[in-house]
Amino acid sequence: VTASEAGSAGAAAGDVGSVICLTERDGPTIAEASLRAVAFAATLTGPAVGVTAVVFPPSGSVGTAEPDDEVLGAVLAEHGVTDVCLVRSAELTAYAPVAWARSLEQLAAAGGASAVVAAATDHGSEVLAHLGAMTGLPVAANCLSAQWGGAGRWQLVRQRWAGSVLEDAVLEASCALLTVAADAAISPQPSAALRETSAPDGGARPTLRAVTPVLSEADLVVCATESAEQSSGLSLATARVVVGGGRGVGGPDGFAVLEELADLLGGVVGVSRVVTSQGWRPHRQQVGQTGTKISPELYLACGISGAIQHMAGCLSARHIVAVNTDADAPIIAHAEYAVIGDLSEVVPALIAGIRARSR
Amino acid sequence: VDVLVCVKRVPMVGGKVVVTGDGQHVDTRMSGFTISPHEECAVEEAVQITEREGGTVTVLTLGPPAAADQLRDMLALGAHRGVLLETDDREWGPIATAAAIVAAVGELGPSPFPLILAGNEAADTGGFQVGIRVAHALGRPCLTGIKRLEIAGETVRATREYRGAQERFEVGLPAVVTVKEGINLPRYPSLPGRLRAKRAEITVLRPQWQADGLRKQALRVPAGSARRAQILGHGAAAVPALVEVLSELGVLPSTTRGDGDGAAA
Repeated sequence: VTASEAGSAGAAAGDVGSVICLTERDGPTIAEASLRAVAFAATLTGPAVGVTAVVFPPSGSVGTAEPDDEVLGAVLAEHGVTDVCLVRSAELTAYAPVAWARSLEQLAAAGGASAVVAAATDHGSEVLAHLGAMTGLPVAANCLSAQWGGAGRWQLVRQRWAGSVLEDAVLEASCALLTVAADAAISPQPSAALRETSAPDGGARPTLRAVTPVLSEADLVVCATESAEQSSGLSLATARVVVGGGRGVGGPDGFAVLEELADLLGGVVGVSRVVTSQGWRPHRQQVGQTGTKISPELYLACGISGAIQHMAGCLSARHIVAVNTDADAPIIAHAEYAVIGDLSEVVPALIAGIRARSR
Repeated sequence: VDVLVCVKRVPMVGGKVVVTGDGQHVDTRMSGFTISPHEECAVEEAVQITEREGGTVTVLTLGPPAAADQLRDMLALGAHRGVLLETDDREWGPIATAAAIVAAVGELGPSPFPLILAGNEAADTGGFQVGIRVAHALGRPCLTGIKRLEIAGETVRATREYRGAQERFEVGLPAVVTVKEGINLPRYPSLPGRLRAKRAEITVLRPQWQADGLRKQALRVPAGSARRAQILGHGAAAVPALVEVLSELGVLPSTTRGDGDGAAA
């Protein structure tokens, strides 16, 4: 069942109510993950109802209108949102997960929402878990699709094992709390159907509403202080080339040659869990379920067997090339190309080969 | 400070995951069990805290009788006490699990466990919520996804990363904190640790299962591509072919666009 099929089936069932979507800011715009969550949310409702996007103030807010509110509204309108709630509160000057959940609880109750949706980011997962805890409702995390079955019953597909296993599940709840998997096959691009929904008369202006939640002191006990990261060059999450090293590297000294290759290709080194567990490299270089998810043009995996926890972190790579001594290693089934051999022989030869070519 | 650490027994999966014929479980006949990686770090963090500040570490798990093995693994790493919330074969959802943990905290005697640690999410079900549900039920603040933790008297200071920035939090004890792998490097069990763990008594409680509103029907492995990599060759002899492939993929440094494919630029 694809998400778009789920949407039409939901409409046919008739009585699905409004859907609220937590939409996160990312600098001056809406986070890509949240635009995907909006697209997912739109598949849950009938065309007559639409999605309410809830935007919280950025860090450092003083509780008044933000200069970019109109811009965010326009971005959301383009993605089919008809109703935008801008949360404003003198108390909400930074990310506060319980206060965010409390706000969503109040908006969901006021609008009689059938579902509250968020991207399965750290913030989205955290806020929806708080919402589940304060309402006693179940939360289905990392959903790929959801289909309204009537009477508060939803048919779901969600990820387990960071996507290596799928679960078919039934959710029964007065309000479905769903997080949307990062790799759900939903395009954040505005579809024709969504455009129609958002602009029945040709005007794509959503309603912008300022809402002020009622917050208690307890809702604000957990509140983040944000400080810019000490940026040290290229980031693993966004690098165009990642050179991976695993158990086959053999020890902490073996990474120099991978670093050299990564430098040559304008990329960074990523490692498997065994490498960080052994203390050969720091954890921030780990690619996988408990490390960083990467999406480079090229992932050159050297001496990595390809355990599912590792593959969960690199399946968004455009191309995977493996260098491995074992032609039967699982990584070979995931890679597009492979060289069978010892990386300590292949990688230096590759560096020499690339250098020779550039001369 | 007396610390309670909640861990979960999960299948140890390697290169391939197989679902049992009835679609209800991950097949573990060819593998063993372990605990979620984030939780192993939670146990290490608790042990380090009590080594510095004094106090005890209690490790708790909810699972079948065999989950006592995972408790003993954690006792070998330096935890002092093991508690098993023994279940039957049914899957316990996050609501039922959190309720059982909250009830156990009440039953485990006078110690209120000022600090409760858990993993950010379980490796298998990935629900991202048991710690938060426990915190709400106990009326405590909850910090999640923590990569650096400092306990100074009654104050908890914690840091995590989000969208390239550091988020810092400060709350008072009692609190619930869920951590992520990378907060520390878990130690290996010592031989005396293993021996102590083998003899240690494990407290067993039997909580009541409850429905969760989210019901698993079946598990399946997503249809992967049945492809296999094109083998470019063996050893250094394969390097010219590999360089060619990298060139085609457009990832070689631009200065390499020389002779043959210069026109493409």
